[in-house]
Amino acid sequence: MEKFDVIVIGGGPGGYVAAIRAASLGLKVALVEKEHLGGICLNWGCIPTKSLLKSAELLEKINHADEFGINVVKASFDIEKIVARSRNVSSKLVGGIKSLLKKNKVTVFEGVAKIINPKLVSVVINEQTTSLEAKNIIIATGARARVIKGFEPNGTNIWTYKEALTPKSVPKSMIIVGSGAIGIEFASFYNALGVKVTVLEAAPRILQAEDAEISNIAKKAFDGKGIVFHTGVKLNNHELKENEVLLNFTCNEKELSLNAEIVLMAVGVVANSEDIGLENTKIKLNNSHIVTNGFAQTEETNIYAIGDVASAPWLAHKASHEGIIAAEHIAGKNPHQIHRLNIPGCTYSSPQIASVGLTEEAAIAAGYKIKIGRFPFYANGKALILGDSDGLIKTIFDDKTGELLGAHMIGSDVTELIHGYVIAKSMESTELELMETIFPHPTLSEMLHESVLQAYNKAIHI
Amino acid sequence: MPIKILMPALSPTMTEGNLTKWLKKQGDKVSAGEVIAEIETDKATMEVEAVDEGILAKILVPEGTEGVIVNSLIAVLIEEDEKDADIDAFILKNQPSSASDITSKTTIITETAVSPNLSNHKENIPEIKTRIFASPLAKRIASIEGISLSDIVGSGPRSRIVKSDVLAFEKNSKSSPRRNNEEYILVPNNNMRKVIAKRLMESKLTVPHFYLSIECVMDDALKLREQININFADDKNKKLSVNDFIILATAKALKDVPQANASWTDSSIMMYNNIDISIAVAIDGGLITPIIKNADQKNIHNISSEMKDLAKRAKENTLSPNEFQGGGFSISNLGMYGIKNFSAIINPPQGCIMAVGASSKRPVVINDKLEIKTIMDVTISCDHRVVDGAVGAHFLNAFKKYIEAPILMFI
Repeated sequence: MEKFDVIVIGGGPGGYVAAIRAASLGLKVALVEKEHLGGICLNWGCIPTKSLLKSAELLEKINHADEFGINVVKASFDIEKIVARSRNVSSKLVGGIKSLLKKNKVTVFEGVAKIINPKLVSVVINEQTTSLEAKNIIIATGARARVIKGFEPNGTNIWTYKEALTPKSVPKSMIIVGSGAIGIEFASFYNALGVKVTVLEAAPRILQAEDAEISNIAKKAFDGKGIVFHTGVKLNNHELKENEVLLNFTCNEKELSLNAEIVLMAVGVVANSEDIGLENTKIKLNNSHIVTNGFAQTEETNIYAIGDVASAPWLAHKASHEGIIAAEHIAGKNPHQIHRLNIPGCTYSSPQIASVGLTEEAAIAAGYKIKIGRFPFYANGKALILGDSDGLIKTIFDDKTGELLGAHMIGSDVTELIHGYVIAKSMESTELELMETIFPHPTLSEMLHESVLQAYNKAIHI
Repeated sequence: MPIKILMPALSPTMTEGNLTKWLKKQGDKVSAGEVIAEIETDKATMEVEAVDEGILAKILVPEGTEGVIVNSLIAVLIEEDEKDADIDAFILKNQPSSASDITSKTTIITETAVSPNLSNHKENIPEIKTRIFASPLAKRIASIEGISLSDIVGSGPRSRIVKSDVLAFEKNSKSSPRRNNEEYILVPNNNMRKVIAKRLMESKLTVPHFYLSIECVMDDALKLREQININFADDKNKKLSVNDFIILATAKALKDVPQANASWTDSSIMMYNNIDISIAVAIDGGLITPIIKNADQKNIHNISSEMKDLAKRAKENTLSPNEFQGGGFSISNLGMYGIKNFSAIINPPQGCIMAVGASSKRPVVINDKLEIKTIMDVTISCDHRVVDGAVGAHFLNAFKKYIEAPILMFI
């Protein structure tokens, strides 16, 4: 029987990173992946969605090309080519992962893994079962779309993200249930393609996880693009008509109905923690997600759980970081722990949203006396140059210590800007270091500087 | 044997100079006393004379070279019959570092080029050695909370102190005592402290102390005091204190028992003819004992106002020496501090000191009955060389008699 120091179950951004790190530390590593290396992220998540959104962004930009003195006949798009490009990018990256795993001498099994006992993993490949001995196991099986009873996806007109990523044609209308990052990104994408989009949200406001001020600005921006929102929604039932879905829901005690060609369910995720043999271990679950400590360890000290199958936030970069922590911990190193509040979250809609740390509401609720800095895009030279003058950079400081408690941004390219504040938080910077940093001009990044200055009444450009 | 020509010093403090000119070429004959080169410092220019005779075999430092170190080899002379071949070996042997003057000059230049950088650098080297690594936030929090970073162990990358380390330290220090790392501060002894130390040390080491205590019923004294003070309700400077009564009673008692007003000397006991009573007064940083002279002859009013004045000037440090040096008997009263009783240290060369405690209402047995009386404890410390137990006891009883029936002090 083959023996491994580490068996990684699942080859997504958590699993493959853990495998590579463990192997680079000299451990004998096996990775078992049942469907596709790169997991949801590379195949049915982060990568393809951003590729679609890039196509949409380009469409939007080209349609405004005359603002920049460029003459373009109204651009049209080919949805199949848009989708094909995203699939292409995905498969390139998947190929890349394959090579990285090979280069690091990770043994890859294409099959379904199950934990027999904390030291034994079975792998089923083409109906053949092999057993592998494991000193340590890292569970990285990820999560899947949550299904609401009565609104089960049917692959035709009740969609999940999978169908939304591979449309054969562009529907005329779409109802998206859920206004988290996934719902909003799809809303933004389809709206850019001319689809009549309506978003239904159970909470009192959209983008519930973001700072209220930011989600308000986002809503206004999306309103301006013709996206319709209903909040405080409770789904009742649906009827399948000829070419449409009729959705019945209650909104603020009013009974409403909406019909659309497609209904896209984006109501959260559920961990893939069933059928992997957890019953043969001491591992504890919390709402389907595996409970872990700061080193990604479960109740079984030699089994780790990382990524979406473990705790929130369910983000690929969190999964990768946990993968490294698990690998280093197994190798006897002393990895430093993840600070939840230093994990950034990005939404690649148009406008983009990016944030890290506490929202204004959360900071006040936690008892902080805060200083808030705000800098609008319209006061930044580069933003005007880019023709993207809508947006805001908001910073929140602890008045007492100058700690950067949170940063929230909305506007063009903010997903590429947020890392500046994430680095600052990671290094425990105070407002002073940020103020003393010289940002290059003319860039959008200068707004990061000015927002901090504004918090302390030292802003020059606003 | 080749002869070394060294870079001369123009002054005892000169360390280096410039070799500005060679007046002789390599291979030239040189006679003793001939000027062969010119050197300069920023102060002066000087000619270098050859001491010996010979041929200038090798010039090691070309003219125009600056920064030539004093006593370094600048040229070599050989006698006429010597060979060149030996010179190189000689030169090698005689150059302290393998570097020629030019190299050492370059080294010097490099060093001087480097050090300005270091001194211009914000952190001087000593600082780098003791630098504490902490995140900006950790530093900020520590300074707000008044915590010294040197007390904290860092758990961050490369043992950096991070916010959580500071907060944990602060939490711990709140529950455990905050130790002051400076174990003590030094308060220099002023004169008064030195004198108190010397005299009282001497007293305890040389004087055979013994102690007698007695209880005094103060009700009548307090009543009389109240009676008198009512008349001075609007002038507190004229009011009598309990201590004034104690002073007068002591004076009367010393009149009755003069042996308690005496000092020991090797040959004889000095019995004082005047009743001068020293009263201990607490002042800033110590105490002093101003004297009520001829206390037995003064009426209580005079004693009172004199005492007030002496005490005031004692606290202001304006007593003259004859006002506190001398006296035959001391009283120390800690009653106003609530002290019940205590034993004082004799002020040499006096024979006794009387320690007075606070008066308090106590249960006493009188005629087999329980009554409440205001009682004051008095303890006398006596120098056994001068005052025996019986004498001390007599004195205390005399004092008790007067203080318990104060009218006796006024007849």
